[in-house]
Amino acid sequence: MLDSTMFRVTSSPHIRSGETTQRIMLDVIIALLPALFAGIYYFGMRSLIVTLVSVLFAVATEVAMQKIMKRPVTVDDLSAVVTGILLAFNVPSTAPLWMVAIGSIFAIAIVKHCFGGLGHNFINPALAARAMLLASWPVRMTSSAFLTPGTDAVSSATPLAALKAGMLDGMSGATAATATVQTVPTIMDLFIGNVAGCIGETSALALLIGGLYLVYRGVISFRIPVAYIGTVAILSFIFGGFNPYIAVYHIFAGGLFLGAIFMATDYSTSPMTAKGQIIMGLGAGILTTLIRFYGAYPEGVSYSILLMNVATPLIDRFTMTKKFGEVKKSA
Amino acid sequence: MNIRTLSFKGGTHPPHSKEATEKLAVVKAKSPEVVVIPMQQHIGAPCEPIVKVGDEVKVGQKIGEPKGFVSSPVHSSVSGKVIAVEPRLYSGGTKVNCVVIQNDMQDTISETVKPKGSLETLSADEIKEIIKESGIVGMGGAAFPTHVKLAIPPGKTVDTVILNGAECEPYLTSDHRLMLENPDAVVYGLKALMKALSVTKGFIGIENNKPDALEAMYNAAKDEKDIEVVALKTKYPQGAEKQLIYACTGREVPSGGLPADVGVVVNNVGTSAAIADAIKTGIPLIQRIVTVTGKGVKNPQNLLVKIGTSFREVIDECGGFSGRVGKVVAGGPMMGIAQYSIDIPVIKGTSGILVLTEEEAKLPEPSNCIRCGKCVNVCPINLMPFMISNYSLLDRFDKAEEVNAMDCIECGSCSFICPAKRPLVDSIRVAKREILAKRKKAQSK
Repeated sequence: MLDSTMFRVTSSPHIRSGETTQRIMLDVIIALLPALFAGIYYFGMRSLIVTLVSVLFAVATEVAMQKIMKRPVTVDDLSAVVTGILLAFNVPSTAPLWMVAIGSIFAIAIVKHCFGGLGHNFINPALAARAMLLASWPVRMTSSAFLTPGTDAVSSATPLAALKAGMLDGMSGATAATATVQTVPTIMDLFIGNVAGCIGETSALALLIGGLYLVYRGVISFRIPVAYIGTVAILSFIFGGFNPYIAVYHIFAGGLFLGAIFMATDYSTSPMTAKGQIIMGLGAGILTTLIRFYGAYPEGVSYSILLMNVATPLIDRFTMTKKFGEVKKSA
Repeated sequence: MNIRTLSFKGGTHPPHSKEATEKLAVVKAKSPEVVVIPMQQHIGAPCEPIVKVGDEVKVGQKIGEPKGFVSSPVHSSVSGKVIAVEPRLYSGGTKVNCVVIQNDMQDTISETVKPKGSLETLSADEIKEIIKESGIVGMGGAAFPTHVKLAIPPGKTVDTVILNGAECEPYLTSDHRLMLENPDAVVYGLKALMKALSVTKGFIGIENNKPDALEAMYNAAKDEKDIEVVALKTKYPQGAEKQLIYACTGREVPSGGLPADVGVVVNNVGTSAAIADAIKTGIPLIQRIVTVTGKGVKNPQNLLVKIGTSFREVIDECGGFSGRVGKVVAGGPMMGIAQYSIDIPVIKGTSGILVLTEEEAKLPEPSNCIRCGKCVNVCPINLMPFMISNYSLLDRFDKAEEVNAMDCIECGSCSFICPAKRPLVDSIRVAKREILAKRKKAQSK
């Protein structure tokens, strides 16, 4: 019986797919690159420096936390890199580096690892860190910190702040697209990213390219982004007095594309079922539009997603899949 | 050819890995010196040996008598002398009572082996009796006694027979080759099954990665107006019973129910061909096609092997091991059983012997669940595998039962797809066992 122990015995299946956590995270990083290039193009090399600092501190914090907790170090799964990039995308390019570092440490140490690490955090680490930074250093995170693209001049207002201030009131698409160039950006500027804002949110086009790549690679489904952006479009059309121009403006302005494609789809903090994902998109869309139109802030994407993150376990529970053979009890 | 292409919801796409043997015709394996024939090769009660040491036996002679209804007789695959009746290791992982026969190489056929008549003259009950007496069991791997499937409980009506030629397990090509080389036997067996159940609709479902088999079966069945050959989308587990029924008929077998609940009986194409042989020549189920394959074996082949031949001899006939072997699997890579010894016999359910190299057999290191939801997407039963698994790993089997652990068909799609390499189906299996044990305990109280 001696040679009997030469074979490995395990439960089936005996083959595994090539899918790995690392490959998924790498895909997300690849998908974020167009938006990073757009950020660098419009706001200068400072965008890249902020991003690198954010990633560096995210990764270092993960190593430190896992060493302290005597757990295996898993930075090679690249999830900390993704969090670092996403956090950088949510701050202005003028953000002081120490502030970015604090945000990264907070995201990884508190939001991610205090709740059990990868897959166990209940809210999106990058967004939670953004919320923390916004509450702690509001001036450095809002209007006066945003650069006008291509200059070193501080912008008067982001597109959404302009909307909120009523600059676009009573305008139709045609007049706004031509006559108001001096005061607010055109829709084309919004779409390609030639507007003031955070590093990663500026170009809807670049984010869309990344999103399509993720759907193509099977990393995310189109459900959350489409439900989210669609809801915002419909509701802003209604709240904006049935003005299609306002609706389109709302879709491309602010962090909606970044939030809908990259943040609301975060695996750990979004529902796993198809139905749940649509509810997630609808809920975030409703909250975002409500905040934008009736709240005190000009922008509502991050708080909407954070609120839906907290609702995710509940959504998961109420959207359990219907098992095969459950519907029909008899032939 | 006008062939419909059908499918089910969910599922996954493991690499087919069938190239090594799909073009190789079935070769008759060497007759072994000694056969070890287990008295339990099927689901159900073991057989009682009806021969003793020193007895002379002939090919096709019954050597094990079933005890109980859910059981199936066992026959000798060679002629020769019984040299032992004792417990031996088999591919189920435990020891079972086996009849060991020294082959005299004469292949003397038993007098009981004679043609049983034609389909036209045989009655439904006669066909069922032939199937039962010939020891026919499901040859797809599970080895459920076929005559039990054909005994439809009162109150249920069956209107459809489906033959499973999906062969969705990667690597395996035994059904493929059978359909290609002997399509008439498959059709004949299906007609026998349809007559035995007095049904008028028969399907033969084949995955569309086997266009030649589809064509062969289509041609063999083209004069049978009651039989439809259908193409199935190549997707694992297309050949799982409930998924196959759904694909062919659109009917969902109720949770916890049987195919008969939706008026269907499913059999493997190999089983069907064995039924044809049993009727036409009277030979019981004493041999089967085994795909011997994998990078760990020198010359992969499709072999026609006598039941009771040892894995070792079969592998040797294929040139032996190649390189460092990591795993030997009885069956396919998705649901087959890993073996710790190759001194075990080929039995009625051994569809393949898969030899994986040390590199291929490496265990992936599991990491945190990232809640990507891929396991939910691929589950053909629409369960939430990560959730059942989490409860199971916490020993919360009551909660695992609540989230439908018992509905799991253990196809392994979830474990296959998981990017974090979590032991999903493994832990669900543990939960199922625990739940069953608890139910048994509750019953005995």
